[in-house]
Amino acid sequence: MPTTTPPPGKAALTGTPLADVTASAATLRRFLHGLPGVDAVGLEARAASLGTRSIKTTAKAYAIDLAISMIDLTTLEGADTAGKVRALGAKAVHPDPTDRTTPRTAAVCVYPDMVATAKEAVAGSDVKVASVATAFPAGRAALGVKLADVRDAVAAGADEIDMVIDRGAFLAGDYMKVYEEIVAVKEASAQARLKVIFETGELSTYDNIRRASWIGMLAGADFIKTSTGKVGVNATPANTLLMLEAVRDFRAQTGVQVGVKPAGGIRTTKDAVKFLVLVNETAGADWLDNHWFRFGASSLLNDLLMQRQKLATGRYSGPDYVTVD
Amino acid sequence: MENLASTFEYAPAPESRSVVDIAPSYGLFIDGEFAEAADGKVFKSVSPATEEVLAEVAQAGQADVDRAVKAARKAFEKWSALPGAERAKYLFRIARIIQERSRELAVLETLDNGKPIKETRDADLPLVAAHFFYYAGWADKLGHAGFGPNPQPLGVAGQVIPWNFPLLMLAWKIAPALATGNTVVLKPAETTPLSALFFADICRQAGLPKGVVNILPGYGDTGAALTAHPDVNKVAFTGSTAVGKEIARTLAGTDKKLTLELGGKGANIVFDDAPIDQAVEGIVTGIFFNQGQVCCAGSRLLVQESIQEELLDSLKRRLSTLRLGDPLDKNTDIGAINSAEQLARITALAETGEAEGAERWSAPCELPTSGYWFAPTLFTNVTQAHTVARDEIFGPVLSVLTFRTPEEAVAKANNTQYGLSAGIWTEKGSRILAVANKLRAGVVWANTFNKFDPTSPFGGYKESGFGREGGRHGLEAYLDV
Repeated sequence: MPTTTPPPGKAALTGTPLADVTASAATLRRFLHGLPGVDAVGLEARAASLGTRSIKTTAKAYAIDLAISMIDLTTLEGADTAGKVRALGAKAVHPDPTDRTTPRTAAVCVYPDMVATAKEAVAGSDVKVASVATAFPAGRAALGVKLADVRDAVAAGADEIDMVIDRGAFLAGDYMKVYEEIVAVKEASAQARLKVIFETGELSTYDNIRRASWIGMLAGADFIKTSTGKVGVNATPANTLLMLEAVRDFRAQTGVQVGVKPAGGIRTTKDAVKFLVLVNETAGADWLDNHWFRFGASSLLNDLLMQRQKLATGRYSGPDYVTVD
Repeated sequence: MENLASTFEYAPAPESRSVVDIAPSYGLFIDGEFAEAADGKVFKSVSPATEEVLAEVAQAGQADVDRAVKAARKAFEKWSALPGAERAKYLFRIARIIQERSRELAVLETLDNGKPIKETRDADLPLVAAHFFYYAGWADKLGHAGFGPNPQPLGVAGQVIPWNFPLLMLAWKIAPALATGNTVVLKPAETTPLSALFFADICRQAGLPKGVVNILPGYGDTGAALTAHPDVNKVAFTGSTAVGKEIARTLAGTDKKLTLELGGKGANIVFDDAPIDQAVEGIVTGIFFNQGQVCCAGSRLLVQESIQEELLDSLKRRLSTLRLGDPLDKNTDIGAINSAEQLARITALAETGEAEGAERWSAPCELPTSGYWFAPTLFTNVTQAHTVARDEIFGPVLSVLTFRTPEEAVAKANNTQYGLSAGIWTEKGSRILAVANKLRAGVVWANTFNKFDPTSPFGGYKESGFGREGGRHGLEAYLDV
């Protein structure tokens, strides 16, 4: 879908070495296939080695609060109700009712028809409302339907849009289609920040994940995101490390900073801290902020709260001392 | 968002020292007993990170060497006559005890050697245990190793090991020697004798017959006395090329079997189609693992000229994240240099590099005030004519050279007196095979570096030595074939 006005992503790239990359399907393909390959063994070894960092005491307290502040507290079920979404919103605003110094989560993440309810639930706080859209999670719908989905969410007040890419087009080699769809969604998202979900578990290879990351960033993504949480393999330290390398390299080449959001499968404080170490030692301190890094998670929050209580009181309380929503 | 501190500072995470109990003094281990040196001499082992004296250790002299070789000779008769499966039981037992005591041994090794606990815990100790397990498995299968139906041991092995991987080098020497039915007298390095003495204790714990393993701490003269001893049948040495040559001269004209694992100046070759991020990790592992005090270190980076700038930018950024400091801290990447003497050698060679016009860059990190430290350093604008491109530095110093074509890369990689290791980084499989075939190095890694496994033979070309350790090939050095 050619656009008449330059897409926001493209405008930002004017004057950079990447300005002409998306001029045609052929140039885009050549660029993506010219990116350095990823050695899977080496990537996973590096992720595992960073996973052995020992984060204790003050560092752990910092990491726990930072992780809480980075959560997109998520409910994406067919069974979602207004009641469930209100409970989630209340939890996002006051994660630990016994300790008001607990940071708020970054956002709640819901389906488009729940955006209005979510907005009400977090009203008056700085918690954002993110909405999945574009026929989430499969993304198998006509572009018009996807854009309507996005506009609907934005009209209902969504601050952030989590779109899925067309994995079918990507795997068929039609990178331009994937790119143009992101550009169109970005435009439809208006002021909302756009997170682009690759569904890395379906892209399967690390080379594909690197290419998808660059398509997303070239198209103007504000965040690149691993997964929907709806397939077998979701966020892993290795695929997140790879995406952190991509945003680091993209900023080095263009000056444009893009956020990263691993989603799905991150359930424990220990896991979350490992991801923060990846951020710290790959993209760097500039990304250690919920404007640039998020966790797509639900059960993670309670584990972080329990660990936070443990640090404060010196003992473990148990699952009945955090709220079940 | 909440007002959080803007940097993620890792709090100190030191491994507990209390898991290891270091005695104030240690004797020689001869014939299953700890004993003082005949002449009563002792030396001190210090922690290179703090210069603290860890223990006083007996220093073996000629009389002690005689006694140890005699004990090993006596033990050889029964040990070599044991069925292989029985010898295997002892080796399996030793391997298991090493695993059980691995935390203690890792802390000890870190204290005595200065390398980070991360390495002793995740590399040294697992490899030590794996080596004993591996050769335990061979002990009752020697007839199937390709050296005839019933290959025989040589007798007493005199083994001299270096300070860079004290316990791992001990394992490389002792495991195949015992599996094949030899008995050993081993001299650990003077700066790192402690883990070998703890190993002596493990031998006792495993019920190993007396005299099968004897440990003689000491300096170069102890090693010289051991390798020259007329009743030693086999000499295995890992260390500097200069000492290796001396040993070869001593042994010339005798019927002693000799293997030497000496210095290196490994080339790490990065082609323009390499997986860059992983290549950067491989370069770091290649030269900064164990502070570069590794004989097979990738101390020469050969980078294709077309990607030099990009690669060096990435490398420098990565080096800036290395954490140098307390080796016992679990987050430390770079520990201490093993000794004041080694630090002086590294410092002098780095100064030569600057004097000869190479451009020096060191990672911005604060060095502790006590102990022996050297910041991760790289030299650019290096040519084949520079000393830092030719001499083994044995420290955290990388020399960066460029090449234009694969032929030039191979020619430069091979243009060294050494030939121990090399690395190739490219996403093109056919190039890996073509280049690997032309490299004259004992081990060639592809898209990785400094990966070790007991099943893989290790050894050198040219002045890096001869003979192979590890794998089936490693048995040959200890068999009468």
